[in-house]
Amino acid sequence: MPTQHTIDLLKRNPGRVIFIGVVLAAAICAFAYAGGFFSPHRISANRMIDAIEASGGGAHEGFRRAHAKGICMAGTFLASAEAKTLSRAAVFLGDVVPVTGRFAEAAPDPFTNDATTAPVRSMALRLQPPQGDEWRTGMNDTPGLQVSTPQAFYENVVASTPDPRTGKPDPAKRQAYLDQHPETVAFLARLQARPFSSGFANDSYNGINGFIFVSPDGNRRLVRWTMQAEDAFSTLSPEDRAGRTANYEFDDLLARVARGPIKWRLIATIAMLGDPNKAAEVWPEVRQKVTLGELTITRVESETTGNCQDVNYDPLVLPRGIDPSDDPIPYARSATYSASYRRRAGEAKPPSAVANQSAGTRP
Amino acid sequence: MIQTVQRFNLLARLLHWTMAVLILTMAFIGIGMVSTISPKYHQLLSIHKSVGSLILVLVAVRLVNRLLNPPPPLPLDLPGWQQYLAKGSHVILYGLMFALPLVGWSMLSAGGYPIVVFGAIHLPPLLPHNVAVFALLRTTHTLLALLLFAVFLAHLGAALFHALIRRDDVLESMV
Repeated sequence: MPTQHTIDLLKRNPGRVIFIGVVLAAAICAFAYAGGFFSPHRISANRMIDAIEASGGGAHEGFRRAHAKGICMAGTFLASAEAKTLSRAAVFLGDVVPVTGRFAEAAPDPFTNDATTAPVRSMALRLQPPQGDEWRTGMNDTPGLQVSTPQAFYENVVASTPDPRTGKPDPAKRQAYLDQHPETVAFLARLQARPFSSGFANDSYNGINGFIFVSPDGNRRLVRWTMQAEDAFSTLSPEDRAGRTANYEFDDLLARVARGPIKWRLIATIAMLGDPNKAAEVWPEVRQKVTLGELTITRVESETTGNCQDVNYDPLVLPRGIDPSDDPIPYARSATYSASYRRRAGEAKPPSAVANQSAGTRP
Repeated sequence: MIQTVQRFNLLARLLHWTMAVLILTMAFIGIGMVSTISPKYHQLLSIHKSVGSLILVLVAVRLVNRLLNPPPPLPLDLPGWQQYLAKGSHVILYGLMFALPLVGWSMLSAGGYPIVVFGAIHLPPLLPHNVAVFALLRTTHTLLALLLFAVFLAHLGAALFHALIRRDDVLESMV
């Protein structure tokens, strides 16, 4: 119990008691300020994930908050002789690099219908050289990104969120967003014009963002990369696609890998001075391209605990030799993926739409 | 007869003030980095991991030093309940100074992340990759950090109480 002596001491020094109170209150306010409690416009990763969940009609517990329907894969990467002159990353030293990863469709719905889902696919990879730093990358088959800043990404998500009364995005809000963001309008036109490949195996995937390759002699070059499919390109007509089954993309991929390894060439595009390091802007086709190596996928299997399901393909898990650039998107992806990972990590995951299936050989 | 203040030994004082700065910085970096998706997130996270590993080393040195060099006694006229609070809060502070970096390290291990500090030092995983353990430790890390900030406030308030109201030698023994 407080002794009378202490109470008397406090009573005799009201000014000092108040001073101590002010110091402690200031410390609490500074802490809250650092946490953004007085900055309502600041976008935290949780706020971004909340918006993405709302745009997908609510959270799908246990699943990734975007690119929710996916399948795991494994294989190897072998660098070209040229790669190590561009970047001193361990993955480019020429050893056979074990690779695991994930193919996915971009929709936030883990049970999206392949025949009708948005025509955007992704490839996420985790390259783990036997000696040296790991590299993770997440790539999309889109011609760039729809936005160049995290702020615009957030606004786009909010403007695309279904109105609870109609179940559809509010056309006025959508239009207001597009009026403000010509880069999104241009992206949508490129996406519309792009022939959509018939499946995961003959699709090519772009790193989207700019990164800095650091060469052994210390040269720093701004690059973007692409996984260029070696399988022949073909498309499905809209009628053919509409007639396919709900999991056709995954069934086709499993059938394809059962016939033999699937290969991609990793190609770096090197920026010229003045090229915009903005994810929504595509660089001219004539830029210098360097083949960095070949990815060989030999096995595809549905998500289970411990394989690609539990991996955060954080694009800033980079080896020494690849640095982030001033493209702000990878930083936002890193922060947002981390929050998404944290949420689903604590949730029970129902079986995926493509469960208990595998094909190919283990690398 | 001149009364001299019994102080903590020099190493203890150096470690106390160095770690005070580091731990406060960590608290602000921690709450700041999770509030933004700007490039600051990544930069702050890199600093957070490096400083966390440094704190773990420093607190180990500090504990050994404290066990070898017992601190000066609290004022004899300090009421029993305040003696109890002082000693109890110090035990909690030591516990948290060990727990936060260890939980952070374990959490990144369970999350399957490579753990790199000071740009080049790879720390081995403390735990196997397990996403449910990651979720638990991630929440634990936040709760322990908030508890540490609360205990820090109590510690600061108590130091000022000794210096400004009781006007005894407690704060002086650490400077």
